[in-house]
Amino acid sequence: MTQINLTVDGIKESAEVEPRVLLVHYLRENLGKVGTVVGCDTSNCGACTVHLDGESVKSCSVLAVQADGCEVTTIEGLSRNGELHPMQQAFHDKHGLQCGFCTPGMIMAALDLLKENPSPSEHEIREGIEGNLCRCTGYQNIVSAIQQAAGQSSAGQVASDQDSTGQSSTGQSSAGQNTADQGSTEQASGQQEQSTQHIVPGETGDATAAVPAGHSAGAPAGDIADDAAAGQSTGGAA
Amino acid sequence: MTITEDRVEASGHAASDREVGKSRKRKEDQRLITGRTMWTDNHTLPGMLHMGILRSPVAHARISSVDLSGALERPGIVAAFSGQDFADEQGSIPCAWPVTPDMVNPGHPSIAVDQVNHVGEAVAIVLARTKSAAQDALEAIDVDYEALPTILDMEEAVKDDTHLVHSHTESNTSFHFVFDAGEVGTGSSTDEAFDNAEVTVSRRFIQQRLIPAFMEPRSFLADFQGGGVTLWAATQVPHIARVMIALSLGIPEHKVRVIAPDVGGGFGGKLQVTPEEFLVIMASRRVGKPVKYTETRSESLLSAHHGRDQIQYIDIAAKRDGTVTGLKVRLLADMGAYLRLVSPGVPVLGAFMFPAIYKFPAYQFVCDGVFTTKTPTDAYRGAGRPEATFAIERVMDELAVELDMDPMELRRKNWITHEEFPFTTVAGLTYDSGNYEAATDKALEMFGWDELSAEQRQRRENNDPVQLGLGISTFTEMCGLAPSRVLGSLAYGAGGWESASIRMLPTGKVEVVSGSTPHGQGHDTAWSQIVADQLGVPFEDVECIHGDTASSPRGLDTYGSRSLVVGGIAVVKAAEKVVAKARRIAAHLLEASEDDLEFKDGSFSVRGTPDAKIAIQETALAVFAAHNYPEGIEPSLDSEATFDPENFSFPHGTHLCATEVDTETGLVTIRKYVCVDDVGEPVNPLIIEGQIHGGLAQGIAQALFEEAVYDSDGNLTTGTFVDYTIPSATDLPHFDTDNTVSPSTTNPLGVKGVGEAGTIASTPAVVNSVINALRHLGVNDVQMPMTPERVWRALQGDQHSDRAAEGTQAWGGATTEDENLLGTGDAS
Repeated sequence: MTQINLTVDGIKESAEVEPRVLLVHYLRENLGKVGTVVGCDTSNCGACTVHLDGESVKSCSVLAVQADGCEVTTIEGLSRNGELHPMQQAFHDKHGLQCGFCTPGMIMAALDLLKENPSPSEHEIREGIEGNLCRCTGYQNIVSAIQQAAGQSSAGQVASDQDSTGQSSTGQSSAGQNTADQGSTEQASGQQEQSTQHIVPGETGDATAAVPAGHSAGAPAGDIADDAAAGQSTGGAA
Repeated sequence: MTITEDRVEASGHAASDREVGKSRKRKEDQRLITGRTMWTDNHTLPGMLHMGILRSPVAHARISSVDLSGALERPGIVAAFSGQDFADEQGSIPCAWPVTPDMVNPGHPSIAVDQVNHVGEAVAIVLARTKSAAQDALEAIDVDYEALPTILDMEEAVKDDTHLVHSHTESNTSFHFVFDAGEVGTGSSTDEAFDNAEVTVSRRFIQQRLIPAFMEPRSFLADFQGGGVTLWAATQVPHIARVMIALSLGIPEHKVRVIAPDVGGGFGGKLQVTPEEFLVIMASRRVGKPVKYTETRSESLLSAHHGRDQIQYIDIAAKRDGTVTGLKVRLLADMGAYLRLVSPGVPVLGAFMFPAIYKFPAYQFVCDGVFTTKTPTDAYRGAGRPEATFAIERVMDELAVELDMDPMELRRKNWITHEEFPFTTVAGLTYDSGNYEAATDKALEMFGWDELSAEQRQRRENNDPVQLGLGISTFTEMCGLAPSRVLGSLAYGAGGWESASIRMLPTGKVEVVSGSTPHGQGHDTAWSQIVADQLGVPFEDVECIHGDTASSPRGLDTYGSRSLVVGGIAVVKAAEKVVAKARRIAAHLLEASEDDLEFKDGSFSVRGTPDAKIAIQETALAVFAAHNYPEGIEPSLDSEATFDPENFSFPHGTHLCATEVDTETGLVTIRKYVCVDDVGEPVNPLIIEGQIHGGLAQGIAQALFEEAVYDSDGNLTTGTFVDYTIPSATDLPHFDTDNTVSPSTTNPLGVKGVGEAGTIASTPAVVNSVINALRHLGVNDVQMPMTPERVWRALQGDQHSDRAAEGTQAWGGATTEDENLLGTGDAS
């Protein structure tokens, strides 16, 4: 057994682990951080992606002992004070998830992508998430979500600005939200940038602090540590 | 576009505030995007043991001995069992669809006792305190196998009675299913049509074996106590599992509880009652502790059921002017080593869809289900209909070439026109509504067919190494399983109804209990929209309950694109009953007659005196207090409905695909993908679009990327995501999607199913596109998946071949002998 000391989602942790224990298993089984999941056994799928000292890694390909002395951020460490991180919000806004199994890893990978490349083209986004497999969405809405988080108006998106709590965008009449064209018609790009009231679903009472949907910071991962050297997720999908 | 006038409008909401039709963002998302998920593997119980499964490394062998002693010596190992230990109690994995009266079901043990029949079959289990201890202990188990010959090639297997997968059967054929329109009376038999045909085209296609590959590996946790069991399961079908577990394992049904918590995708792959579920239940019963099993991805690809795997012989007859006159289909369908829940039914579902959108007067379908020493097959997105749509859309293109006719014109000439609906096909299905013309016109406009054609011509003239192909798929499908009596006539073991119950709480909030079991489809959001309209309550005030047989006791779960068109309608019917009960209370409280009341925007008011109003929430509080309510009724608004659809659901669409094919490397790139789909009245366009995207991805993947490959020893060589290549974001194009609306005439919302449509339509669009690019170079077919190697080999191959090029070692593959294995025109 080996002693490790690390910080996970802002909390100092200390543990004795077998050297062979994978970081993902340490997170899930020792810390109960089940938001990070295991989707494969060949490091192809990326569902286990977390941040290690600010870089995305596939936690199935990192030994827990390798994380000694490091800062680990999981999906559970993203939202602050009950507010969704803009990337999380974007996945919600753009219907970038269906079953949700790939989603934590996808969000963590996307944050790292934008940190390296704050204004990616669609092609660069697709390449940037090549190491994260999704079986539900066909990736198109995931790309739109990442574009939104990067502060770009989306191309070909349907999403109404009514979130699941029924609050519509400030200044928008709800009748106007009914999309007469159902498919890929583009929303007026002006709606993207508008600040929206985001009640975190499940909370009662007044709207909490607004999280701007069109968050224009080049690096929404500003909350997430550093500027280490480029480190794309390992293991491309075949 | 058609809008029927006689649709029932929900009276709860004014039209401008209607929830149905809005792109509501999903209620489901909050937990999923913050990691507060409840996947089955996240569940732990005190004293829980982890199960490891030793799986057979050989495809076909007698088991001479299983020595568990090495495992039992290891620390942390609580128990170890072989098949002998469960032989008397394990029963058989159920097959709920005996498609013919003489279908052979050899029986399917959860754990092998005397013989293994596919690589990956369970041979022994260990129970340990930690998962790693269980995995380590498996290596210490010694099993002696006496090898038997593998049986991997269907065409060989049907001919060979000496080498049997199951020694106690007489052949490797499980069933012989025939649908003959002449015999049934829905059209003519095909003999005359083919004897008199001016033109016939015959093709052999391979529907390769696929793996559903949902992202969440299966996980099962069983807690057996007090003579009953609670099972948490990564399943699409908790209700079906409950009854099957009770029947197969002899546990009283009222003591079985199945819970599907969060489920990470299914696609038909979790529409199953699995050996692994039976094993955790039996293990928990045996040792008196909760037992959990979570598969690795390698185990999942190997032992969760596979999809598709057919050899198709298609014959089409037509007149010179393009009018189709007959269609003959002969299939060999690979069941794998065993029949699972609906394995034999999958190709049979397709039987009704080969004629597709075309007015064939004569039709015959023959299918043999064949055993091989491979993983069992069962439902995978589309389940029989992608196979059918692929065959008909491919052969229509082949016919167009034979007739030197534009492929879209050939389709127009033969499809059911908008005015002809409702239309009863030669397969006996009555399509309720549709508008193939409108969808096609819209798709062609979005696609830019003329410009792309011009570019194609130019590239051909220039002998450009990169050629351009344009492919079409015009499809319909039958979903919304299903009218129960029809299922009965097909010998399907269950019905096709769905159930919902609705409760209004004293504070006016609403609980909707549904028998559907979502695994990513957004039912909570969609049912909330429907109920908000029906009851006139806010969208946020609706809570949906599903997936647990204790709290959602009655249902038939989610598959076959049925949840909205059956489950959603059950929700509507239950809501109507709630409104009727509320009306009685409101009338009493307003001291008016029920007939004088209007229900609008969630309130009852007396016609003519709009100030005398009572909100539906007030009636809920009134029945809770029960101080003042009419005589002779119960003080409750709670209502339940079970809806049995009167017909299947028939969405349709037109898909157009442009591919660039590099003739030097064989690489195929999708340049443009356009689809216009008609799923009736939209409930949530965002969810619809997401389902289309996801469906397209899987259909395109069949065309270009995926195949479950077996080597000659019966090993699955595509056993990890390294080799079983599901597409990543770089492999797929941007999709241009749109819709038309032809409301269904068989349900009050006018809705149709969408979940499988994208997958059904897209595969032939892509393949037709590639063949269209290369036809002038002598290529008439490329076997799927159309990898660069296969495309390249097709280009090097026989210029006059009308068969797929050789060059693949995959089983079920490329033999070009044996013209028509089942004999032409022979129905028996």
